[in-house]
Amino acid sequence: MSVGSTPDKFQAANLDGAQTREDNYLLASSGVGSWLFTLDHKRIGVMYLVGILVSFFLGGIFALILRAELFTGTKLFLTEDQYNQMFTLHGAVMTFLFIIPSIPAALGNFVLPVMLGQKDVAFPRMNLGSFYLWVVGAIFFLCAIIFGGLDTGWTFYTPYSVTTSTRVILALLGVFVLGFSSIFTGLNFIVTINTMRPHGMTWFKMPLFLWSIYATSIIQLLATPVLGITGLLLIAERALHIGIFDPEMGGDPVLFQHFFWFYSHPAVYIMILPAMGIISELIAVFSRKHIFGYRFIAYSSIAIALLGFLVWGHHMFVSGQSQLAAVVFSGLTFSVSIPSAIKVFNWLATMYKGSISLATPMCYALAFIFLFTIGGLTGLFLGALATDIQLHDTYFVVAHFHYVMMGGTLVAFVGGLYYWWPKMFGVMYNENAGRLFCLIVFLGFNLTFFPQFIMGARGMPRRYARYVEEFQIYHQLSTLGAFLLGIGMVGAIGVLLYSLYRGKKAPANPWGANTLEWMCSSPPPLANFDNPPPVGDPYDYSNLRYDEREGGYVTVPGPAKKTSSH
Amino acid sequence: MNLLSNLPMLADADGGLFFGPANSTFAPMVDDLFDLIYWISAFFFVLIVGVMVYFVLKYYRRPGHGPQPSPTHNNTLEIAWSVLPSFLLVVFFVMGFTNYMSMRTPPDDAYEIHVQAKKWSWLFVYPNGAESSDLHIPVGRPVRFILESEDVLHNMFVPAFRTKMDCVPGRYNEIWVQAVNTTGTGVNPDDHKPHDLFCAEYCGRDHSNMHAFVYVYETGDFDAWLEKASNLYEGNTMVQVGEILYKRKGCISCHSIDGTKKAGPSFKDSFGTAHKFTDGTEAVMDENYIRESIRDPRAKVVAGYQPVMPVFPSSRLSDKDITAIAEFIKSLK
Repeated sequence: MSVGSTPDKFQAANLDGAQTREDNYLLASSGVGSWLFTLDHKRIGVMYLVGILVSFFLGGIFALILRAELFTGTKLFLTEDQYNQMFTLHGAVMTFLFIIPSIPAALGNFVLPVMLGQKDVAFPRMNLGSFYLWVVGAIFFLCAIIFGGLDTGWTFYTPYSVTTSTRVILALLGVFVLGFSSIFTGLNFIVTINTMRPHGMTWFKMPLFLWSIYATSIIQLLATPVLGITGLLLIAERALHIGIFDPEMGGDPVLFQHFFWFYSHPAVYIMILPAMGIISELIAVFSRKHIFGYRFIAYSSIAIALLGFLVWGHHMFVSGQSQLAAVVFSGLTFSVSIPSAIKVFNWLATMYKGSISLATPMCYALAFIFLFTIGGLTGLFLGALATDIQLHDTYFVVAHFHYVMMGGTLVAFVGGLYYWWPKMFGVMYNENAGRLFCLIVFLGFNLTFFPQFIMGARGMPRRYARYVEEFQIYHQLSTLGAFLLGIGMVGAIGVLLYSLYRGKKAPANPWGANTLEWMCSSPPPLANFDNPPPVGDPYDYSNLRYDEREGGYVTVPGPAKKTSSH
Repeated sequence: MNLLSNLPMLADADGGLFFGPANSTFAPMVDDLFDLIYWISAFFFVLIVGVMVYFVLKYYRRPGHGPQPSPTHNNTLEIAWSVLPSFLLVVFFVMGFTNYMSMRTPPDDAYEIHVQAKKWSWLFVYPNGAESSDLHIPVGRPVRFILESEDVLHNMFVPAFRTKMDCVPGRYNEIWVQAVNTTGTGVNPDDHKPHDLFCAEYCGRDHSNMHAFVYVYETGDFDAWLEKASNLYEGNTMVQVGEILYKRKGCISCHSIDGTKKAGPSFKDSFGTAHKFTDGTEAVMDENYIRESIRDPRAKVVAGYQPVMPVFPSSRLSDKDITAIAEFIKSLK
């Protein structure tokens, strides 16, 4: 195990509290080049954050255009072709450019090495490489949009994707490159967590966020190559007319679905696991209680990562796959719901007898529990075969995965962003404004997606530009909710951006957390720590006291057992 | 049934907030399982959110209140809440599985209808060779559907039957249904309130317009309808037959009759007028032009359009059928 080592020149910097360049990674060097060629994980994390938020904004605009068009069942302003391109781009941008990299690549990059008390990840150059692969992938997507669009749905189902005249190959190349970005990030994090945990941080003394990132990285490493290969096969079929998936050329279109979901179902857990990690941190810190059932939460992350590989066939219950396969996949699908339920129960038990602060990150965490519970429970309807036959490919599914992906991952991402924002940029945001927009997001979200459960169960198919009149009332409620949600999201991000100019200076530890990233100043120095920080139980808050003068928490000598780092 | 049906909000009379009209032997099983999962889920949701809200109200941070000690883990409790819900999952799985098997196993004596999906229309072919673009079935008799697709993936979805299945090119899939109610009285479809049939697998531009109706008749009425449908030319004018073929053979997906530009030119006001072609020549549309365009679509392609129309040999459209279509186009002047 390597002990966090800090080069001498950084140790020399911290003399009698004077602000030197090395005291703040944001000021450590200046100029565009100092960002574009940086190897600092924090700056790479910030660059990811910018890219991801731009993608989210773009995907959100697409969503609002879709919802506006669906205000009536007849044509408002989009032709069918335009609508189909719009929902494809919404799905593809949100999935590949936003939600998969959101928590691991943006927040994870910033937080993970500091949580380990380290200067950086194991392979800083590879880390920068991951970011540029993301940029290249995003450029491919942009090219696909500009030079003819894409209308296959984000799922690229064959044989439609073999025959359509839109820019499938450009988009698939984008997916291929983005896949490598994801693989390199996962590899980097696995090596970092395996080899760079500080002395005293055993596996079961790791913060749960690191457990969840570790589980995520395993999936990224093992599943993403399958997506890359599938994309290449589809490119080969389109460009070289080699029959793989298209029955016209002797291929099998259902084979594509197997390949695609072998990646894309585990990818669902790439999206949700890091979110669960964030919630584990938030609930404990803002309840000022040790996390309940640490080992069960840690093991459940690994269980989800492994079981997640065995359930892909539930996306094909109505594709004509064999009935035996459908039954086996249905059974396995139910098994994956147990570890998720364990986490929810453990979070609730953590709040018991706590001192619960309703700071903005905690509001998002509570919203997460509410929304993720709905998202998880509605999965039961889809796992059971007889009900899935009715609900498959309807708005019920759309609502279900938005409750999990957006109500779960996005809400946790924003909660985590609020939580680590003072650490990332050294400023405090306005709490009341933060809470207000959290409430708007919560209300808007439910108004958008709850009516979709109802119309889906009643038979409204997904990916429909036009619909029969009986569904109009649900679509209109949903559209109103979507715009409310849009206002909430713009406000939530706006509160954070405003704090960059007007925010109060943040203390080192505003929330009283005991994970290592709060032991360096806010924002962290270039090298994070002058000396390796002492490692203790990450969820023991007994020796942290609020200090009025500081505006944050300080460590006081207490009864807590501490293992020193040397 | 679902208690939410008592809520006046949004729910209409036919079976509750989450259920549209039901009309198949297995629809009640599906809806009952939905209800079971729904109420157990509602119980857990209220429990989880209730406990969460209770804890927030009881333990919110305020002066004089601090965290109180409590255990950080409890194996008995944790194993209990991991294992006990699993029993419910087993119940859901078994009920879902047994109902699914009966939904997917057609009886041997089922009436058979071939379903041919293509971009973007449905064609239902009955045992006696009759064809229709909407689905017509008898009540109280098992009907087995053999699904196929001419081009990309489609999915036959009838919400009232609670069933759906993909139409996959290059292979046959099957589903079956036994309707329990008719959709109206008599043999005339206009006297019926038909069910919707949707395409539920994304298939391109007109995916959301790939819609058909489902008519369920008393047995005698169905036989009468079938008789009429298999003798297309009896009791219909040529124009009416042309219109039926226009819908059934898929002309409708590329050629509008209201002037809208689709993949092909609109039929509105096209007969007897001059058309410019991609090779620069020009011709007036007459019966021979229509016939040539159906049998050999690449011979003359109207300027501004791609040569994408498929060939219709006499096995798919007889000469008499072409005459009927020509009469129909003529009637659109």
